[in-house]
Amino acid sequence: MKISFPRMGYSYIAFKWLVENMGHECVVPPEPSNRTLDLGVRYAPEFACIPFKILLGTYIEVAQMGAQAVITSGGMGPCRAGYYWVMHKYLLEEMNLPLKIIAMEMPLLNLGDFWKKIDLLRRDGGISLKELLRVLKITWAKVKSIDDVEIRSHQVRPRELKRGETTLAINAGLAFIDAAQNEEEIREARQEALSLLDRVPCDEQRQPLKIGIIGEIYVVLEPAANHYIQLLLGEMGVETDRSIYLSAYARKNTIVNLEGDLFSVARPYLNEAPIGGHGVNSIAETILYARHGFDGVVQLAPFSCIPEIVAKSIIPTVSREYDIPVQTLFIDEQTGRAGVQTRMEAFVDLLQWRRDRGIHKKKVFSL
Amino acid sequence: MYTVGIPRSLAYFFFLPLWKTFITELGHEVIESPPTSRAILDRGVKEAVNDACIPIKLYHGHAAHLAENCDFLFCPRLVSVRKHGDFGSETFCPKFLGLPDMVRLALKDLPPLIDTRIDLKQPGGGSQEAAGEIGLRLGNSPAQVKRALRLGMAAQGYFHRLCQQGILADDALQAVFNGEKIYPPQSHGQDITIAVVGYPYAIYDPYINAGLLKILQQQGVRIVTQDMLSDRELNRQDSKLPKTLFWYFSNRAVYGGLHFMSDRQVDGIIHVTAFACGPDSMVDRLLEIEAKRHATPYLPIAVDEHTGEAGVRTRVEAFLDMLRYKRRRR
Repeated sequence: MKISFPRMGYSYIAFKWLVENMGHECVVPPEPSNRTLDLGVRYAPEFACIPFKILLGTYIEVAQMGAQAVITSGGMGPCRAGYYWVMHKYLLEEMNLPLKIIAMEMPLLNLGDFWKKIDLLRRDGGISLKELLRVLKITWAKVKSIDDVEIRSHQVRPRELKRGETTLAINAGLAFIDAAQNEEEIREARQEALSLLDRVPCDEQRQPLKIGIIGEIYVVLEPAANHYIQLLLGEMGVETDRSIYLSAYARKNTIVNLEGDLFSVARPYLNEAPIGGHGVNSIAETILYARHGFDGVVQLAPFSCIPEIVAKSIIPTVSREYDIPVQTLFIDEQTGRAGVQTRMEAFVDLLQWRRDRGIHKKKVFSL
Repeated sequence: MYTVGIPRSLAYFFFLPLWKTFITELGHEVIESPPTSRAILDRGVKEAVNDACIPIKLYHGHAAHLAENCDFLFCPRLVSVRKHGDFGSETFCPKFLGLPDMVRLALKDLPPLIDTRIDLKQPGGGSQEAAGEIGLRLGNSPAQVKRALRLGMAAQGYFHRLCQQGILADDALQAVFNGEKIYPPQSHGQDITIAVVGYPYAIYDPYINAGLLKILQQQGVRIVTQDMLSDRELNRQDSKLPKTLFWYFSNRAVYGGLHFMSDRQVDGIIHVTAFACGPDSMVDRLLEIEAKRHATPYLPIAVDEHTGEAGVRTRVEAFLDMLRYKRRRR
């Protein structure tokens, strides 16, 4: 079967490997472009959020490229993303596009259903159970390595001497990981990619501003959806830390890792969790970034995203009490790159001004 | 004895019989904010986060209006009222989940909130516990709470029975609290039946939808809503969907819409939705596609701060003209 999936950042490298090694043909989803968004906007409900529209556009594109099925995620609410595959199915039916949607509901809720879908894919691809486990393990290793490399790139980029070198280095590094076929090769590829980044000529004396990126998972993870905001900030000389990585659950070395902790951090401000999506997380992450001495926080969310609207209504209080500036960007199909850039430039100016006057050091918080 | 304020927005239009009876029977005075007005809307728009939908903004406006005149503001955190859905995880829109915190942080000089968490999906329900917590806040004994809850549930049940006789929620509320005898509406000269589906706070607040129900009545239309159906009739529709939606009020609206489509007792369906409503972006298109497949005429009406009576009237008139034309041709 020709299989595709939604694109989120660099993770397509790992998922491509997964699909191919399960014995299927992979249609790699193209990076979301204006055309993707146009297609999505044309057929999607007006008030659906931008991830819905980009995904729908992607599905139409991959169907035109010959894909017969897409694998996507389900959910149990209250965020509406858990219902997206149903609506996508309805809309594709209305368009007479013969694309099958295979939605993976959370295994915790319905293990039987989850296993049935995986097993069907496995048997259809003609691989053994043992082989499947090996493939899943390697995919996970790839996801982790990709995230490691990306995290490093966001630390190197603000210090690079020649603009664009980091981007060249990470692209070369990711190609190594793409080519790796087993765990040993992935380990080597990861090392090679990291050392490529470490060899980028840097100004070691620079103390860049630090901004935490929080918000809704899709617009945080997919650069094409957030107008390459981490690249933009990096090239403006700002170090960014992102709250969400696909491999975050297995990480201990990032600032934001454990969900349970986040809920208790947010409790004084929002006495309910979860409220869907990353609503509670956004509030807690603002607090965590403040405690870790970050200069500011950028909240990214799709226009009309319900959990992030709740978070946005609470964040001004958090921002005041923890003395950390927060810039919210609601993104929809009307958002332009120049608009994002202008606001980021102004925000960075403000943060620099605060730092130059030592304002951000006035309050010290205990960890 | 305390004065407890209940804002006239959101779940007010659905759960008032229970809430008001319960608090009154505990021996406290309930004050409701007045029907939505321009001033209340403006206040809400000013206080609430700008990306919120109009019902949430209105809630802020109503809460602000009540703030000075009550000892407690009744703003329960509605998490679930039943176990339902594919994972038994039916809940409310995230804005309902965060509502007490949003209101508390947005408005200054609020009286204490009664923000009891209402989560009835676990085995054994939990309404006793929730009621007990409210009673504790208001200084009542467990015996009083038990009695008040029983009376409140009875009032809520009576309200639903009235609605299921075909009485509009507004009239049913009057009957519940004024004790008037009320009879199901007789049809006189109504040639068209329209189902109005949507959230109670969108269809029963005449300010939000620019008097939609009144316009329909003036045009000689018999109105039915999803609240005139029993839970059994509604839930039967669930099997038609690939996956149950996650939100209580959305499920009611969708089930109602599907019921009226397959029932063929209605000439058309009007779905009232708020601008940028998250769940409704799914609900509306779902109903639109299903209506097309059932060949049922369908009109969505999106409302926001700028909705005017003329705009709603024009669209409704055009819709009715079409329905009548269709009928003459048959």
